[in-house]
Amino acid sequence: MFSTFRIYILIAAVALFACHKTAEDANNDGTTEQHTTTPLQNSHPTVNMVYIPGGEYKPFYGSDTALVQVPPFLIDERAVTNEEFLAFVKANPQWQRSRVKQVYADSNYLKLWPGDTTLPNNADPEAPVCDISWFAAKAYAKSVGKRLPTLDEWEFVAMADEKVANARKKPEYSNRIVDLYLQKDRQFKAVKKTAPNYWGVYNMFDLIWEWTDDFNSVMATEDSRVGEYDDKGLFCAGSATSATDVLNYAAFMRFALRGSLKANYTVANLGFRCAKDSNALAANKK
Amino acid sequence: MKAKHFLLSASAVLTIALFSCRSNSGSPDTKAGAMAEATGEPEVAQVTGAPNVPAPIGNRGAKKLIVNLETTETEGIIADSIPYTFWTFNNTVPGSFIRVREGDEITLNLKNAANSVLPHNIDLHAVNGPGGGAEATSSAPGKTTSFTFKALNPGLYVYHCAAPPVPMHIGNGMYGLILVEPAGGLPKVDKEYYIMQGEFYTKMSGVKKGLLEFDNDKAIHENPDYVLFNGKKGSLLGKNQIEAKVGETVRLFVGNGGPNLTSSFHVIGEIFDNVYLEGGSTVSHNIQTTMIPSGGAAIVEFKVDVPGEYVLVDHSLSRAFNKGAIGKLKVRGEENHAIFKKGK
Repeated sequence: MFSTFRIYILIAAVALFACHKTAEDANNDGTTEQHTTTPLQNSHPTVNMVYIPGGEYKPFYGSDTALVQVPPFLIDERAVTNEEFLAFVKANPQWQRSRVKQVYADSNYLKLWPGDTTLPNNADPEAPVCDISWFAAKAYAKSVGKRLPTLDEWEFVAMADEKVANARKKPEYSNRIVDLYLQKDRQFKAVKKTAPNYWGVYNMFDLIWEWTDDFNSVMATEDSRVGEYDDKGLFCAGSATSATDVLNYAAFMRFALRGSLKANYTVANLGFRCAKDSNALAANKK
Repeated sequence: MKAKHFLLSASAVLTIALFSCRSNSGSPDTKAGAMAEATGEPEVAQVTGAPNVPAPIGNRGAKKLIVNLETTETEGIIADSIPYTFWTFNNTVPGSFIRVREGDEITLNLKNAANSVLPHNIDLHAVNGPGGGAEATSSAPGKTTSFTFKALNPGLYVYHCAAPPVPMHIGNGMYGLILVEPAGGLPKVDKEYYIMQGEFYTKMSGVKKGLLEFDNDKAIHENPDYVLFNGKKGSLLGKNQIEAKVGETVRLFVGNGGPNLTSSFHVIGEIFDNVYLEGGSTVSHNIQTTMIPSGGAAIVEFKVDVPGEYVLVDHSLSRAFNKGAIGKLKVRGEENHAIFKKGK
């Protein structure tokens, strides 16, 4: 049973698909990445993806009764690491620290890196990369034939603890996550050192915040540079009126963080992982 | 006839003028401070940590001020060398005391420390505008945000972080006071102090041994382990006690951050000569205990007549006796047996 939900696909397959997808994007999707007149080069990271069958899920914000159908998808089992991002900027110099345009990444972009293609001395190459903007994360994902997970996809995976797919009802579920959230400087630790969740996905909570494609759920991704967002009553007690589970403090914290972001922001404990439509899997299975 | 006419109309004009004057100064709906034009180059406002307050505004006109606050998440001592993870404005609980004049135009810069884990913001109850500034100041870790507001209503106001989950941000210490003095300033007194109550709901950290952290369940049940003045047990005791001399008038700016409990603020052995009720413009006299709601404040004034130790408490007394809501005002000077005399 368990293993039917956990299907890893090999990097070779990903790479194959990626080539195909990138070619497609070059024609159809010129809007979000106008800055890359140079086509993105695949740096060929090796990361397992986990198949998530999707299903009905209750968003944290919304009406009590509205369930959202999350289609099946694939998600990286872990966050993108320092060394993977290093390979990405080597292959795509327009995303190097000294070359990136401010409109796509603020002045703190990769701020701990001593040079364009050098990781900080004391950095663990296997720690998640942080201080990267949403634009940079998007570009990385695109370069490897993937995309960022949607907020619903990310939160769907985040419902799981180590034992069950949806642990939201357990009283200790939110408290445990909040405990993790309160610890500083977690982002410097290597990925995959703690137990995976029910799906086999690592580090959803214990290392970093993660970008999602629609990190501010109201914001249209194309317009995100404008930084306009609807706070959805996020402030003060207003946030409680539109939340479906007012005891889920961990979720409040995530949504507050997302609400404070703009797409060119880079933050010391904010990284990302990639996702992908699952029809890719079907294609690869043939 | 003509002269009579003139007189009549002149007196009518005078009456109208008088009346409109009165309605300007008397009606609570009229924001007199709004009339004042803030002038000059912006100056950085001096802010202070409790129990100190910045110098009175005195007679100055309205001006442009810059207030810089930094939000931090930092370990501190809550009681008896027990560490707790506080969230703060300017690294203190309560946050820095801000003192302005009505009519001032204040630019508030909120910096969220680079090593913060969470976003923070500020809602100042002294602001007329959306969220009291909360929306405008939503700051991701490492980011600085800013907004400008005109101080329209004189009074003593609470400010706090309003990032969700708000009870947790406040419960960890993210609150402070901003005083908007009326034009001409508050009457002069001899001593002024800043005291803010807040309660703490704690549990052992699941990650770091010996460290206390916010406990959501206790907060929901409004059952705190600590009810404290100025964020630490003993913050107004021993060498930290506040002081005055016999004959001096003491003014306490008392706020209550909550997040949940209402304070029954009392000074044992004193009667408040004046209480600016709920921090507003109505002054009441001869008050023994004044109620300070969560997210509210009061200004209390009293003349100290005889020497001794005057104990500040939340007169919901289990909080004082068992949970830390206790402080001391030490008064030195000559005995006055006409007012107080111990029997043999």
